[in-house]
Amino acid sequence: MAENTIYVVLQHRDGKLHRMSREAIAAAQMLAGTIGGSVEAVLLGSNVGDLADQAAGFDLAAVHVADLPVLESYTPGAYVNVLAPVIREASPAFVVFPHTYQSVDLVARLAQEIDAAYVPEVVSFEASGDDLLWRRPVLGGKLQARVRVKGEGTVFLSVQSGAFRADDAAVAPESGGVAITPLAGTDVSSDRELLGVEQVGGDQVDLSKADVVVAVGRGIGKEENLPIVEELAAALGADIGASRPVIDNGWLPRDRQIGSSGQTVAPKLYVAVGISGAIQHLVGMKGAQCVVSINKDPSAPIFTVSKYGIVGDLHEVVPALTEAIQAARG
Amino acid sequence: MRVAVCIKQVPDTEARLRVSKDGRWIEEEDLRYVVNESDGYALEEALQIAEGSGGEVIVVSLGPQRVQEALRKGLALGAARAVHLVDEAFQGGDAAATARALAAVLQNEDVDLVLTGSQSDDAGWGSTASMLAGHLGWPHAWLVMGVEMEDGTAKVTREMESGMNEVFRMSLPAVIEVQAGINHPRYASLKGIMKAKRKPIDTPTPAELGLDPAQLGAAGSRIEIVDVAFPESGEGAEMIEGDASTVAQTLVDKLQNEARVL
Repeated sequence: MAENTIYVVLQHRDGKLHRMSREAIAAAQMLAGTIGGSVEAVLLGSNVGDLADQAAGFDLAAVHVADLPVLESYTPGAYVNVLAPVIREASPAFVVFPHTYQSVDLVARLAQEIDAAYVPEVVSFEASGDDLLWRRPVLGGKLQARVRVKGEGTVFLSVQSGAFRADDAAVAPESGGVAITPLAGTDVSSDRELLGVEQVGGDQVDLSKADVVVAVGRGIGKEENLPIVEELAAALGADIGASRPVIDNGWLPRDRQIGSSGQTVAPKLYVAVGISGAIQHLVGMKGAQCVVSINKDPSAPIFTVSKYGIVGDLHEVVPALTEAIQAARG
Repeated sequence: MRVAVCIKQVPDTEARLRVSKDGRWIEEEDLRYVVNESDGYALEEALQIAEGSGGEVIVVSLGPQRVQEALRKGLALGAARAVHLVDEAFQGGDAAATARALAAVLQNEDVDLVLTGSQSDDAGWGSTASMLAGHLGWPHAWLVMGVEMEDGTAKVTREMESGMNEVFRMSLPAVIEVQAGINHPRYASLKGIMKAKRKPIDTPTPAELGLDPAQLGAAGSRIEIVDVAFPESGEGAEMIEGDASTVAQTLVDKLQNEARVL
């Protein structure tokens, strides 16, 4: 086993490395610093020479590239066919993935294939004696767990969006020249026949440019409570958004969804009403300048990303706030 | 089509949670347990697919005795029978250990499709079903928002980031992990609840499934939770306290004069 080698599997879109790939490089480099190891990147795709050069711009010991027509689009079958023998052969101590929807589709399957341990959604890590402890959200983000991995063998990690800073990914020293090595791909086949890509729920509402957003979550209890929040939005001149459960319940149309599978917003003011703050929601609104949260649960994780927090019943707090805003605006 | 659906029983996500005395999980006494949200959608999807093709649904769950309630719910909604991995050796495992146990059950079942939710609302590994698919040697798809059966294949719509879906075809048998919101789950009828009481729940032991207990549950897991904690208070929001009108007035004042966003 290559005790000090850390692999990082890069993801890309439209000819660019995914931001979260740079975050994964940063995480892998930080881990290498902790265990005294080196980082090698793996890149899969078709005609990805430019991307390999981009990857080689980072401070890495090597960039391994599988450039095959069958890898034009991601499928778990082809990716497992390529990655399983490579990882089995190199036997790195860790393989770091960005925790994207693509990775989640892939990594557990790959881990099973080569009998690696897999810790998903890592937000930080720390050394504790001889162990490394990995911190990750549990119970919908209400709590965070520290987990450790027992036994021998490669450990897979997927790092949560925003947990490590893309800007921290160290670039290659100018004298350097990171070696780009091709990976042989034999018996690589797709297990999905791709039919197309489509926009979810149309594109009638664009929340991405809204200055003020009032977003509602499951905590509003029932659809009948929406008007109270809509009055607040009207007073603020805000657009209404929602976290996923509200959309799934059919209380608001899908084009109002904010989060990893919905829209990404970056308003000046974001008022979250009854939103607990699961990570899938937080990634869609972390660009907001000022977040105000109203929730009856004082331990709701949304408060950790808020500037101002109010613990209380929306039936009391929201109408009072609407009135105060109307008064302030004359 | 014969469809198996794997469900998990989890604490009600609206429950007020407390860290257990040993610090390793939450206090489970007095908690209300429900069928994991995305698993409930998987159950509905399984029932619709079975009904559309004249097949039947088998509902499978791993967990302690209380899980029988979740299985009865599946039976009341229309599943034909249930399998409950209740033996102590199965309990407390990570995704890999749980997948091993589920695979042993499903290898003995002649099913065309396994459905489950994408992620549990408690441990949230999001890995179990993909690992199960690996054991079975079947294709899988995670975060699925649409399934249509067509000529012995499944046409699947899967969520990507940024509000996009990808659509693809995959062969059967397969493991499909659905996302919440894929359908509108039905409610159990009184008749269904009565009928469910007479439907069988199998409780196979590790030995009956040909499994080594050392490979199962906590003993067979490589991932171990050391402790859990609430996010540290103090990192984050300035909490505004008082009665509703005071709170509202204070907040408006801060938004105008401190944050300057109003």
